[in-house]
Amino acid sequence: MSAGVSIQDAAAECPLVSIGVTVEIGGVPIELQTSDRVFREIIEERYAGFVNPCAVPACRFEIELTAKQVPSDEDVSVIRRGSTWCLQRGDFRAEWDLERKQGWIRQCANPYSIDSVLRITHSLLLAMEGGFQMHASSAIRNGRAFLFAGVSGAGKTTTVRLAPHDAVVLTDEISYVRKTENGYRAYGTPFAGELARPGANASAPVQRVCLLKQSQENRVRPVKQAEAIRALMRHVLFFAQDDELVERVLDAVMHFASNVEVVEMEFTPDRRAWEMVR
Amino acid sequence: MKECYVARSRSVAARQLGEEMVIMSAADSTLFNLNPVATLIWKAADGQTPLTRIVEEQICPEFEVEEGEALRDAEQFVRELAAHGILLLAEFPIAETNAESDRKL
Repeated sequence: MSAGVSIQDAAAECPLVSIGVTVEIGGVPIELQTSDRVFREIIEERYAGFVNPCAVPACRFEIELTAKQVPSDEDVSVIRRGSTWCLQRGDFRAEWDLERKQGWIRQCANPYSIDSVLRITHSLLLAMEGGFQMHASSAIRNGRAFLFAGVSGAGKTTTVRLAPHDAVVLTDEISYVRKTENGYRAYGTPFAGELARPGANASAPVQRVCLLKQSQENRVRPVKQAEAIRALMRHVLFFAQDDELVERVLDAVMHFASNVEVVEMEFTPDRRAWEMVR
Repeated sequence: MKECYVARSRSVAARQLGEEMVIMSAADSTLFNLNPVATLIWKAADGQTPLTRIVEEQICPEFEVEEGEALRDAEQFVRELAAHGILLLAEFPIAETNAESDRKL
């Protein structure tokens, strides 16, 4: 689905389309329903490259907007009660019933709140099937995905900003990783960091994870599996206070590290760094 | 001195990597890496064995350290992990309902 598709256009193409906006990130469609026209337009614009009115939603959220503006600096709480996930932070509350595939969100008209709900929901869905979210930039080159992970300032945004024309930037902030029959696949996301530009709605099999380290020279060093697992775990984003899912995430990262090459990539912040990414 | 019993919390995921242990807290997804000594204490923390016995029978023979020093280090380690909620401490044996069983290790 091309970027900028409006609900009206989609309705003409897909007779079964609902009044909500279906946002498909990482191949997981989530329908966001709101009766507020202005907020719906904000959603459509914010996730423009990821709107897919024809997708069958994995879950639907009905959004109730509140007038009260609340700061978002509170810790997030994500707990499960029976089949219902309860999400809460200062700026939003949400519930999502796994069995009914439906839920609600109460928030003010702040798009960062809906970003957070989507990311948390995706983190749960990914974890349930052996995937995860990683605080990493990523790009596709020669049909394979490369992830660039590192602490703040390590060069996640710099790396993709320097990407050559033949590379497709998936994100400079948060990468989605899903398990497939043959390995793992990385997906682009609309969640932008310093680049302030959404990633491409594209995906590719994961070739390599590069643990970034800015340096005076360009060099790749293989990383042993135990070190790779510890490093990857530091960059995995997971929010739920849930024993079972925490076990799954840890197992997923261990399996990922035993099946995907993880290297330390020392790089100079210029285009020569991409000679190592192929 | 009072006896100290230690037990693994149920709300963690723990996996062994060689001689070390990676532990993820379910409460806040914090990650802990345990070195070989700490891993041995973690694995022995069944809630029934006092820490002094763990140190005396497992740490000292394995790592050839002086018992008093090993016990001080072990006490500091278990207090730190207990502060993060991934180990339980008590002056009496700890029932398995509160602690992780050996099944998942």
